[in-house]
Amino acid sequence: MCATKINRRAVLRLGGAGVVTATLGGCKAFDRLADPADPLRHYMERANRLTMAAQRGLLDREAMAQEFQWFDIRQPQRPNGVTDPQDLDYLAHVATGFSGYRLSVSGLVKRPQTLSLGDLEAMPTRRQITRHDCVEGWSCIAQWTGVPLSAVLDRAGLLPGANFVLIRCFDTIERSLSGAVKYYETIDMVDAMHPQTILAFGMNGSALPVPNGAPLRLRVERQLGYKMAKYIRAIEVVDSFAGVGGGRGGYWEDRGYAWYAGI
Amino acid sequence: MHRVYSNKRLIKRHTVTARLAHWGWAISLLFLLGSGLQIFNAHPVLYIGDQSGFGFDNAVLTLGTEGRAFPAWATIPSGMDLATGRIVHFFFAWVLVSALFLWLLGALVSGHLWRNLRPTARDLRSLGTDIRTHARFHFPHRRTYGPLQKLSYGAVLFALFPLIVATGLAMSPGMNAAAPWLPDLLGGRQTARTLHFCVAAALLGFFVLHIVMVVLAGPLNELRAMVTGWYRIDEGE
Repeated sequence: MCATKINRRAVLRLGGAGVVTATLGGCKAFDRLADPADPLRHYMERANRLTMAAQRGLLDREAMAQEFQWFDIRQPQRPNGVTDPQDLDYLAHVATGFSGYRLSVSGLVKRPQTLSLGDLEAMPTRRQITRHDCVEGWSCIAQWTGVPLSAVLDRAGLLPGANFVLIRCFDTIERSLSGAVKYYETIDMVDAMHPQTILAFGMNGSALPVPNGAPLRLRVERQLGYKMAKYIRAIEVVDSFAGVGGGRGGYWEDRGYAWYAGI
Repeated sequence: MHRVYSNKRLIKRHTVTARLAHWGWAISLLFLLGSGLQIFNAHPVLYIGDQSGFGFDNAVLTLGTEGRAFPAWATIPSGMDLATGRIVHFFFAWVLVSALFLWLLGALVSGHLWRNLRPTARDLRSLGTDIRTHARFHFPHRRTYGPLQKLSYGAVLFALFPLIVATGLAMSPGMNAAAPWLPDLLGGRQTARTLHFCVAAALLGFFVLHIVMVVLAGPLNELRAMVTGWYRIDEGE
């Protein structure tokens, strides 16, 4: 009986020491996972591909994101990331009210395009009240008006091998030793051709404001906010994004975030 | 394989699928909590409804408006790192769900679910006695689960686990498009996020209570049962 008690006490003490070690140093023990080169991290990242395969394979690829009512818009759309680009070419456009702005559509297309805001507004537009979900965790409902990306791509005509749409932006998001990094993002054709994927030039009934990405921003309603590039300068249709930036398909993707942001 | 134990009081308590699932849950729960708090820290405010109130107030919990909400020792990784937190969280979310299906399959095939976990009329009648026994810190090692064990394991397996998965999926914009009824049912995406946090807290509560019970009931016997399957019951059971 006495032996059991001592045993139990010893186990308790050992257990207690274990818990203390785990809490004090435990999470530091997993800090290797923060290293982009860590093989265990690479292994865990494969779960993102599994998530994408599950969502794309099991869910309706044509499914429409939830749309809301006008009275659900209870606040201005919260701007995030770069909200006031200081790039000179961008500031020149702001000064002239984007009158000289031209969206270039190039890459694997039959007819490269150069479109003014007037050209885009003359195309059939779509208006949608949707919920913007930020990777940080918050959500905000706003109305977006723009041209379906599919209409712009149809106008340009896709060539074989057109797998991704690369968005190049005006805004410098980071200044590194190798120079200024301007925001970039990619989506695949499943999302590019989706009816709710639009190049938005209007928000909540007026022209898209500068903090929210004027003159043109992308809406990809079934993914998180970082996919929805603001301050769009050019669109390139590419077969692969391996040569763009760090090769992971976007500014945040190159900094560890998943390319598929449907979760 | 047949091993002869000199002690007749050793019984086969847990099947191999139950043991694998148990440790899958244990490991994934710790990683999910740590990475979950990391993700929470990216925006340490919880709301009710579809959206987050910036121009109006629908917040129900605000932690740490300046700096970080949960300290470094509680998050995985320890520094502010949302990208890594998400990688860890979604990896172990798959582990948790896989373990849940593995367990369910094993429990259905072996009859464990119906035989050992279903609370019977007798269980409900002896619930008061069971509570009094626990309150006296007396933990009988029975051949079967007691009423409190059945109710608490049942609550985790059939309420908390399904809820943590449902509230998690209700935050996925891809999932929301295909199944808008899910966030609607849960009161909107931000309510789902708040519920996800609360259910996680309940799971942490169960985890702490579970460890305390294991320690009080005899950690060696309980651990052996969950590792090898063999459990020593009380004399006369």
